Amino acid sequence: MRITQGAFSFLPDLTDEQIAGQVQYCIDNGWAVNIEFTDDPHPRNTYWEMWGLPMFDVKDAAGVMFELNECRKAHAGRHYIRVSAFDATHTWESVRLSFIVDRPENEPGFALERQEIDGRRIHYRTTAYATVKPEGARY
Amino acid sequence: MSVIETTKPTENKRDRYSAGVMEYRKMGYWQPDYEPKDTDVIALFRVTPQDGVDPIEASAAVAGESSTATWTVVWTDRLTACDKYRAKCYRVDPVPNSPGSWFAYIAYDLDLFENGSIANLSASIIGNVFGFKPLKALRLEDMRLPVAYVKTFDGPATGIVVERERLDKFGRPLLGATVKPKLGLSGRNYGRVVYEALKGGLDFTKDDENINSQQFMHWRDRFLYCMEAVNKAQAATGEVKGTYLNVTAGTMEDMYERAEFAKQLGSNIVMIDLVIGYTAIQSMSKWARRNDMVLHLHRAGHGTYTRQKTHGVSFRVIAKWMRLAGVDHIHAGTVVGKLEGDPNTTRGYYDICREDFVPQNLQHGVFFDQPWASTRKVMPVASGGIHAGQMHQLVDLLGEDVVLQFGGGTIGHPMGIQAGATANRVALEAIILARNEGRDIVNEGPDILDAAARHCMPLKQALETWKDVTFNYASTDTPDFVPQATAAE
Repeated sequence: MRITQGAFSFLPDLTDEQIAGQVQYCIDNGWAVNIEFTDDPHPRNTYWEMWGLPMFDVKDAAGVMFELNECRKAHAGRHYIRVSAFDATHTWESVRLSFIVDRPENEPGFALERQEIDGRRIHYRTTAYATVKPEGARY
Repeated sequence: MSVIETTKPTENKRDRYSAGVMEYRKMGYWQPDYEPKDTDVIALFRVTPQDGVDPIEASAAVAGESSTATWTVVWTDRLTACDKYRAKCYRVDPVPNSPGSWFAYIAYDLDLFENGSIANLSASIIGNVFGFKPLKALRLEDMRLPVAYVKTFDGPATGIVVERERLDKFGRPLLGATVKPKLGLSGRNYGRVVYEALKGGLDFTKDDENINSQQFMHWRDRFLYCMEAVNKAQAATGEVKGTYLNVTAGTMEDMYERAEFAKQLGSNIVMIDLVIGYTAIQSMSKWARRNDMVLHLHRAGHGTYTRQKTHGVSFRVIAKWMRLAGVDHIHAGTVVGKLEGDPNTTRGYYDICREDFVPQNLQHGVFFDQPWASTRKVMPVASGGIHAGQMHQLVDLLGEDVVLQFGGGTIGHPMGIQAGATANRVALEAIILARNEGRDIVNEGPDILDAAARHCMPLKQALETWKDVTFNYASTDTPDFVPQATAAE
């Protein structure tokens, strides 16, 4: 399977040129670009590990691409890597764009467990097959 | 154009309060010198007086009947600070190109209204006056809600930003679909549509406005099957999914019961219809706030009073009231799909939902600056007769903080519902990517979609199927209008 979190997961994997284009769009809007990675793709896993701090003062996509490549050297193939952009504007103050730029070659997906409870209700539990193994040894 | 007189209200208190009938304009409801206070509620009415009725008198009567007046002079006014409580019509302009109609600006003191109550606000402003005999027709066009009043409402339970955080979806419109056919599916069949659409790439599916609890499908059954579909699609995609479970029912007690059940099942969103009434909407908003639930409002019934220019209440007023009342989603038009009204008017509705400060913009039908004072933002929903081939236009016209709902445009795909959903998602992501790259999506849109279709057969088929779809814009204002039978059911 292919997890489809992020803004562009239904498109073919973005090229570096395309990633840089999106990053520049974020910078031009005054947003701080952030690189994060994880090997826990659960849809409710909000806090991916940060590759350094959000790049508040980087004005050129090339600077972000350099950091992205550094992150890839350490984690590509074994982690998901995403680029997100924070907008500090009053009444937004959150993420404006987020998309996956790297993913493990093999994505085994999720198990859905059902526990029957009262009144026909079911408790659902979603578990990534990968997270059966300890962090860092999953992909 | 009639001459607008500037008669001052009668100053002499003994004359003013002697028994009998007096013109409203002379009772203090016409005050051309009045400067509205920052804390006044201002209403703009389109007044169409009966033949021979003076527009100033008609407008003063509107002010009177929507505040303190009755048809005759009452001495008991003198027991009150009646100058304060009287609404004051301070300006009357002829409506351009509409002989016989007038824009009347009326200011209301804040003390006339109960805190945090749309029921109270609307009971004053649209309570009695719309049936007033000296008027042929009356329309509430717009209102300026002062910050002092805005702040007495909680506003949306969730709002655009927090909804996006909860869903973990940023930078693109959300995608939805209303399950079709809207009536007749069993719970089990219904959940099938939900699963296929969500797995194919949509973020949300939706109950239609009149799906409540009928013989063909009781509400509990629908909720249970829908949540099976949501959880299964979530596991299949690794993405947060949702379905608007319509909790609309005959009584508040029933609605609370349904909403509680939706919560127990882990739904992240529930839905209500506008026809449940303003107080019920505010109650459900408070419930949603207590229970971390996104609250979707389907504007069922609004067309009965928003559609005609001469009489009723503009949807921009309803949109303002609903932001105060605290819904998170509201259907606000598609422009491309059904084109009731024009793009500028719809833009006005979207601004009212999404901006923190909406400046006066007459072209957009926005007559007043409207500060929202950090009230959370409402996600507009564009639903009805739209398809993947229009994606560039939709993004251009409606922006990215919107739910685009493709009912027929998903379920009517020749290769099935999943394919229809995938076509919409790929089209959307391709257009957003291109927009962010600085490309001119309005003109290059069809090329961008064709290029995306080269790696996506479902999109190719969607573009082929619906390329010639034309909409009979004048035919309907139904929120979930589907353009043509072959495309949908």
